[in-house]
Amino acid sequence: MTRIINKKPNPRITRFLGLVPFGAVLILYVICSDIRLHENPNDKLLPSFGSMWSAIGQLAFTPDVRTGNYLFWADTLSSLKRLAWGMGASFVIAIVFGIALGLIPYAASLANPFVAALSLVPPLALLPILFIALGLDELSKIVLIILGVAPYLIRELALRIEQMPYELLVKAQTMGASTFQIIVRIVLPQMLPRALDGLRFSIGPAWLFLIAAEAIASTDGLGYRIFLVRRYLAMDIIIPYVAWIAALAFLMDLGLRVLSQRLFPWARASI
Amino acid sequence: MSQISIKNVWKEYGDVTVLERLDFEIQSGEFCVLVGPSGCGKTTFLRLLLSMEPITRGEILIDGVRIASEPARDRGIVFQRYSVFPHLTVLGNAMLGVELAEAKFSGHLFGGKRGRARNAATEILGRVGLGHVLNHYPAQLSGGMQQRLAIAQALLCQPKILLLDEAFGALDPPTKAQIHSLMLELWKDRGMTVFMVTHDLDEGFSLGTRVIEFGKVRRDPQAPDAFGATLVRDVDLRGQTDKERHQSLASWERNTKSPSVVDMLQRGRN
Repeated sequence: MTRIINKKPNPRITRFLGLVPFGAVLILYVICSDIRLHENPNDKLLPSFGSMWSAIGQLAFTPDVRTGNYLFWADTLSSLKRLAWGMGASFVIAIVFGIALGLIPYAASLANPFVAALSLVPPLALLPILFIALGLDELSKIVLIILGVAPYLIRELALRIEQMPYELLVKAQTMGASTFQIIVRIVLPQMLPRALDGLRFSIGPAWLFLIAAEAIASTDGLGYRIFLVRRYLAMDIIIPYVAWIAALAFLMDLGLRVLSQRLFPWARASI
Repeated sequence: MSQISIKNVWKEYGDVTVLERLDFEIQSGEFCVLVGPSGCGKTTFLRLLLSMEPITRGEILIDGVRIASEPARDRGIVFQRYSVFPHLTVLGNAMLGVELAEAKFSGHLFGGKRGRARNAATEILGRVGLGHVLNHYPAQLSGGMQQRLAIAQALLCQPKILLLDEAFGALDPPTKAQIHSLMLELWKDRGMTVFMVTHDLDEGFSLGTRVIEFGKVRRDPQAPDAFGATLVRDVDLRGQTDKERHQSLASWERNTKSPSVVDMLQRGRN
């Protein structure tokens, strides 16, 4: 008998199997929702897809009475803006400090213990400090994302650089490269795809910090909205919003992956 | 075209002496091969030649001038692995040396200068048989092609000496034979000084004009690390035909005292 560890599904079966859990959850939800709504048509806990659709349609396609905005899109835009700023800044910070720490021994001696200590501080515990010091505006939310994401990215990049074969750095020196030339011609181009990978893995944490910041002090954003409507048990809005956040995270991940493959074809080949 | 002088060089790591009393010269235009079992200090000596580590005592001179304290353009290197940059194409790898030298700040050339660098690179790449894969990345090349690229890349920097660190050790025999004849051709054409480290005696005796070996002449059974290896054998192969080289190799092997198991295992790999 073939061992189960040696049985491999073909691509079609793989695709089908991948869809099974999604289908199962959907079906389970519909059944449970039907049972509850059958007993109490006003039940708010497990709304039907129809009521979710109309609730989101209300937010997405009719302007808000008070502000005239289409709230769903306005929320999405402000959340994505904060994410883009936070993750973009983290990326740049990580490149600069990661290369310094990974390549320059004196910089590593100076900063390694500090970065290690910093990455142990739970960023959410710093949120009150950020609100007090930077106010309740955009800046404190962006800084929270940076504090949550950048230390990890820095350490990841520095580690990757330390793991670069020493032969490459010696070779570059025998070709006459200065430190700056080594950075711009060897280290930076080799680390960009790694940094993009690191950024992909940071999408989850970045959303976490964003939603936390929006939940506590904000007037718009996807996180703000779900915590706002929570007061009314508005599951018909919360559930689609959560799905939308997951979809956005998925698209960001996909976008970064495609970007990395396009820009750095060599990186896929050498892994 | 450069002469290397090794003047009473010692290398110690704390109480461990790896190399001692190394004192010899490598003449200009020589193809010098350092052989020896693993652990005899071959790699350590290469690291000293490359200035990857400080010398404990003594000095190494190239054309009478003490070598810089860090790797520099006067000493080109081809390693066994990781000698070419994975993020650059074949052409990009070959052009890099010129770009680094001419664009002191950014390391990027543009316009006419780039064109000239490209032409020089293309010419030598054709010479080493990579003219048809200029836009490939190293990961798309075979091991032999990667090493040929590494040689072309090192030569384009016009080093005073070319160092080969087990450069052909990972290649299969036919590829190795091909790259050997290429290496000899380039060496003869350019009259350059080559220093090769290898554990493959056949390779050493078929390529070199001189084969040297490091070994321990002093041993203290109570303190095996107290004494280091030094130059123990030195054979001149200049002007020898293939047949004479075979005889030199045979007599070298006859004079080799009971090889250790480690040696035999290493020889068996080739």
